[in-house]
Amino acid sequence: MAAEDYRICSFTGLKIHKPTEDLIKWNTVTAILFLALGGLMGFLIALTRWPSVHYLSLQNYYRYLTLHGIDALLLWIIFFEIGLVYFTSAVLLNTRTVIPWAGWTGYALMLVGAVFVNFVVFAGKADVMFTSYVPLQADAVYYLGIIIFAVGALTCYGHFFANIIQAKRDGAYKHSLPLGSFGLAAACIIAVLTLAHGAVIMIPVFFWSMGLIHYIDPGTYRLIFWGLGHPSQQINVCAMVSVWYMISAFTVGGKPVNEKLSRTAFVLYIFFINVASEHHLLVDPIFSNWHKIINTSYMMHLAVFASMVHAFAVPASVEVALRNQGYTRGLFEWLKKAPWSNPAFSAMALSMVLFGFLGGITGVIFGTEQYNIIRHNTFAIPGHFHGTVVGGTTLAFMGFTYLLIPYIFRRELVMQGMAKWQPYVYGIGVAILSISMMSAGSFGVPRRHYDITFSGAPFSFTFDPAIDMFMSMVGIGGILAAIGGVMFILVAMGSIMYGKRLAS
Amino acid sequence: MAIKEPERIWWKPYTRDEKIWVAVSLLWMFTSFVFMPVYHFAGSQNPPYETYRVSPEEFDKLVEAMIEKYKVGEENGMPVVHPDPDEPVFIRASMWQWYPVVELEKGKTYKIHLSSMDIQHGFSILPINMNFMVLPNYDYVLTLTPTTEGEYYIVCNEFCGMGHHMMVGKLYVK
Amino acid sequence: MTDEKHRESEEEPIPAWQLFYDNIFLLFFFGIAIPTLVYTVWGLMEIVQIPQLPIAP
Repeated sequence: MAAEDYRICSFTGLKIHKPTEDLIKWNTVTAILFLALGGLMGFLIALTRWPSVHYLSLQNYYRYLTLHGIDALLLWIIFFEIGLVYFTSAVLLNTRTVIPWAGWTGYALMLVGAVFVNFVVFAGKADVMFTSYVPLQADAVYYLGIIIFAVGALTCYGHFFANIIQAKRDGAYKHSLPLGSFGLAAACIIAVLTLAHGAVIMIPVFFWSMGLIHYIDPGTYRLIFWGLGHPSQQINVCAMVSVWYMISAFTVGGKPVNEKLSRTAFVLYIFFINVASEHHLLVDPIFSNWHKIINTSYMMHLAVFASMVHAFAVPASVEVALRNQGYTRGLFEWLKKAPWSNPAFSAMALSMVLFGFLGGITGVIFGTEQYNIIRHNTFAIPGHFHGTVVGGTTLAFMGFTYLLIPYIFRRELVMQGMAKWQPYVYGIGVAILSISMMSAGSFGVPRRHYDITFSGAPFSFTFDPAIDMFMSMVGIGGILAAIGGVMFILVAMGSIMYGKRLAS
Repeated sequence: MAIKEPERIWWKPYTRDEKIWVAVSLLWMFTSFVFMPVYHFAGSQNPPYETYRVSPEEFDKLVEAMIEKYKVGEENGMPVVHPDPDEPVFIRASMWQWYPVVELEKGKTYKIHLSSMDIQHGFSILPINMNFMVLPNYDYVLTLTPTTEGEYYIVCNEFCGMGHHMMVGKLYVK
Repeated sequence: MTDEKHRESEEEPIPAWQLFYDNIFLLFFFGIAIPTLVYTVWGLMEIVQIPQLPIAP
């Protein structure tokens, strides 16, 4: 590999390989564009669930809700994670991407799959929601798009392993991966498990949608689908935690206080977090109580313990670093002097709070066998995962984008005043959204529901009037989050296109 | 640093505050862990696990037979049944209807069979907010004892097509 | 850490647990095997064992 293919990053001193840089750029920009689309859908949906606005028509509500899941949950997050795959397996190790053409092939497949799925849902041929529970059927192109996207994603996640094998041969690292890369290794392991489940169920469903197979068992579909659906969120958890550690290192020079502790937490994720798929099946017929109890409690709480460890280790790394910089007065001077106006840092800090207190704790509670009876499929469930995936993962990735712009795109941030406020606006919006969803859900308000006044139904049920306030707050939180989202898109895309070029 | 390879040997003992945190977390997790199995045996409200295979045609026949035997009236065009407490109760989900309306007696224990004629539905009893999945080709048997008299509504909370929001049924406890 | 100590530590063997954590492919194996067995395979076994409704006509 010719030496001129590399440059030295002037901020981090990392050696960056040109093809790696291009792959990260394209995957990140694609991710941001899908976030914009998915976010717009989310905004319209929030306005529809605000009873006094009730914006979308019946058909568009379900159509945009399907798209919101696809674009915001799947496409934005996975495209961004593929960028992280290259960042942690090549850039952090000061080495190269081994097979760039495989990276581009994977990218192309993902993009083709993503376009197929978006197109077929917009065309009105796949109003099936993100879960597409059989026997509710979408057009064959929908399943084909998902399969093509998954093959592309598997190629890219697999690239991580190729890169680290080559890096070790090249002597880029001797024994242990850096913690940031180790976290992504956990993410990639889970990704292989996830996508294998996806292949096992989506390929038969694709043949079924073409009429070649006549029957797909709905119980089996639910079991295997959630082997895809829930662990894909665990990929996000691993990638997000890894981003927390990296942001702490890049912004304040934070160092994991104990590598053993942090790595043990990741290993517990790899082994035990994936059985949490069972949370979706707690009030299903079919599964025995022992299947439910073992999978949700015993195994899962070891993974929850891992999250507790990260909740200790990441702030500790920040505290130690800031104390070493001289902020040692009292217990909390370091906290006061932390770089709160650096959007990467504040996004990480908010992401930890929202993920832990809104997403994490409620996830553990709702995942209890008995408690799930009063939460399953209510509005509380989206409330929970907007805490984890939006307040947690999305916000952390937004923070990391603010670092990628100087390091990888070599541009200065534009509109820095706006960037400074963006994580707060977005974070507060998501917090209001998530809390009000969970509050409404505790009164039994169903999720994925167009009209909770049940107009046209043979019997009409009236909810406790308290939900009016919560449902209005869903709209308000949605508007605030959408403003934060627009601020992010403006700053990120503005910087990438028009930011001042930085010398390398 | 999380962005650099750690020192050669990083497997080192925990410091005192790390030990405290790990101990507290493990204790908390252990408490959560034992809660579910303990409540499963000691508690009075657990997810039911009685389940059978049944085809939509078979289930439909069971529903119709129950209506023929126990029909006591009609409400909004839908039959109202008042089954004997010893007899199984069948509630049929289809796009977009919970069929029929059922009257239960307070304090008696019933076996309520749920199944779907077409796609997946969500059985949500409001306002008490209890939720169960209803799948085609599967019969889910809820063993329940109503304790409070009144009118209850069954709302569908799993997306089932454009009429999803109109899928509301009714249940009486007398 | 002083240079002297550093040289000393070069002689020390790497602890077994650290070697295990560094072996990504061993972790990969367990990461796939545990959930596949405990969640998926066990779940599928329960699905095939569900009896027919005895009172079906």
